Amino acid sequence: MMPKLTYRVWKVWRRNAEVFTKTIFVNFIPSMLEPILYLAAFGLGLGAYFGAEVFPGGASYIQFIAPGLISIAIMYGSFFECTYASFVRMYFQKSFDAIIATPISVDEVIAGETLWGATRATINSTIVLAVVAAFGLASSPTALLIPVVAFFGGLLFASLAMCFTALAPSIDFFNFPAFLFITPMFILSGTFFPIPDVIQGAALGALPLTHVVNLTRGLLTGNFLPLAGLSGVSVALLGLAWLAVATTVFFVLSIHLMKKRLIK
Amino acid sequence: MMGSSEVLIKARGLTKRFNSFTAVDGIDFEVCSGKCVGFLGPNGAGKTTTVRMIYCFLPVTDGELTVAGLDVKTQDRQIKGLIGVCPQEDNLDPDFSVIKNLQVYARYFDIPKQEATKRAEELLKFFALEEKRNAHVESLSGGMKRRLIMARALINQPKVLLLDEPTTGLDPQGRHLVWDEIRTLRKQGVTIILTTHYMEEAEALCDRILVVDNGKIIQTGAPKELIKQYVGKDVLEVEYDEQMVQTLKQELPDVEVEVFGDQVRVFAKQHGSFEQIIKQFPDKNVTIRNANLEDVFLKLTGRRLRE
Repeated sequence: MMPKLTYRVWKVWRRNAEVFTKTIFVNFIPSMLEPILYLAAFGLGLGAYFGAEVFPGGASYIQFIAPGLISIAIMYGSFFECTYASFVRMYFQKSFDAIIATPISVDEVIAGETLWGATRATINSTIVLAVVAAFGLASSPTALLIPVVAFFGGLLFASLAMCFTALAPSIDFFNFPAFLFITPMFILSGTFFPIPDVIQGAALGALPLTHVVNLTRGLLTGNFLPLAGLSGVSVALLGLAWLAVATTVFFVLSIHLMKKRLIK
Repeated sequence: MMGSSEVLIKARGLTKRFNSFTAVDGIDFEVCSGKCVGFLGPNGAGKTTTVRMIYCFLPVTDGELTVAGLDVKTQDRQIKGLIGVCPQEDNLDPDFSVIKNLQVYARYFDIPKQEATKRAEELLKFFALEEKRNAHVESLSGGMKRRLIMARALINQPKVLLLDEPTTGLDPQGRHLVWDEIRTLRKQGVTIILTTHYMEEAEALCDRILVVDNGKIIQTGAPKELIKQYVGKDVLEVEYDEQMVQTLKQELPDVEVEVFGDQVRVFAKQHGSFEQIIKQFPDKNVTIRNANLEDVFLKLTGRRLRE
């Protein structure tokens, strides 16, 4: 039932990390420019139309969206790495087949890919965190814990992505999860505006980005906010529990689905 | 190197089913160390499936398969460490240079970096790829890619080298270069299993051939023995001519005459059987050649187009 994993997982991870560092320039600059653009255009531009301290926790608009941008970087970094990029490696480059012919197992290849997806989430969101801090928007030292949330949140999105990759008949298939799952989360998880009351329960139950946003916002400001009738601490604990359970389930499921796809 | 009599790979009743389709149907074979054994058969015969079971890529449905005494069902990791695989499809890593492809692959086998680089340099030299050391994989020709895949397959100094259609799609120069390299490896004592549907390839490289069709081994033997046993020595090829066919049948009752379309092929057990007949038909465009494995192959597997 549980996948058998050894240190060899890191050899797969390292392969991807080495390709990444080779192209660090094209990977780094866009991840840095995007949050600057969002903070300037939405935070300062659109934010000028809102009064100060009107957002939950007495935040200004730019303060409100900052944790949203970090969380979106976590989701995009891991989800797109383990859908499009992993699919290219699996389907077009046949890299998985090549690695499976060595002492490394399928389980370890998939685990390595997923851990790499979580790493991408950590790298991308830490860049955004740095930009946010440069704008003076990281008001609590607990913000230094955000990369930890990024890694584990990234692990969830990477595992979910890997499930879709295992089921994808072609690369165009990813339009479904991208538009029907990722985009709604991008908008509705308390990223750019507070989650409307009527969908708060649904967001907590079905949109994992909500938990990532709640945790990131709490760590960035040192103040966990109540939501859907729950206290701030309860929301944070629920988030941690939700992420832990879902990550375990989808991580194991992704390996099973991938084995079914790759081993006939 | 091991003694040449040691059985390195052993299959008993080896079976592979994909749902209801039986790709490999209860085959038995043995491969001794230091030998080059060829799986020869039409498309879909089960060659690649067999090879993939040997390197533990496909799970065995039924029967036994051991590599160096290790069971593919339970000791796949150890087996994969002993085998070098050269797959049919190009699966080099396009994100890395030529040398880096070898270094990264060596890491998958736990080979320390310094040792990996040393082996990689030696292999590039052996496969005449030194000049391409830092080239991007995508810039290599088909033949170079194939040789790099072979180099990669040797990075772990395998006991067994599996070559799945090593020269498919190569031009004649590329193919002969690969053949030379396979021969050199053979001389060095590497055990080789190759699949091919090129008869001249099997003839040129293999000590023993397993002719497979519809998932079964239908014949085994050394290439020369198979030719002698199933076809004979000389083959005459000519455009169909009623009178000539009649004369051949009358004067040479031992030969085998095969007519397909407007072509006639005549197989003789002895050299020089046809000389007298040709003289009677001086204006015919007759070809006489040595019998080859292709004749055996077509005889054993029939002429029906596969797939």
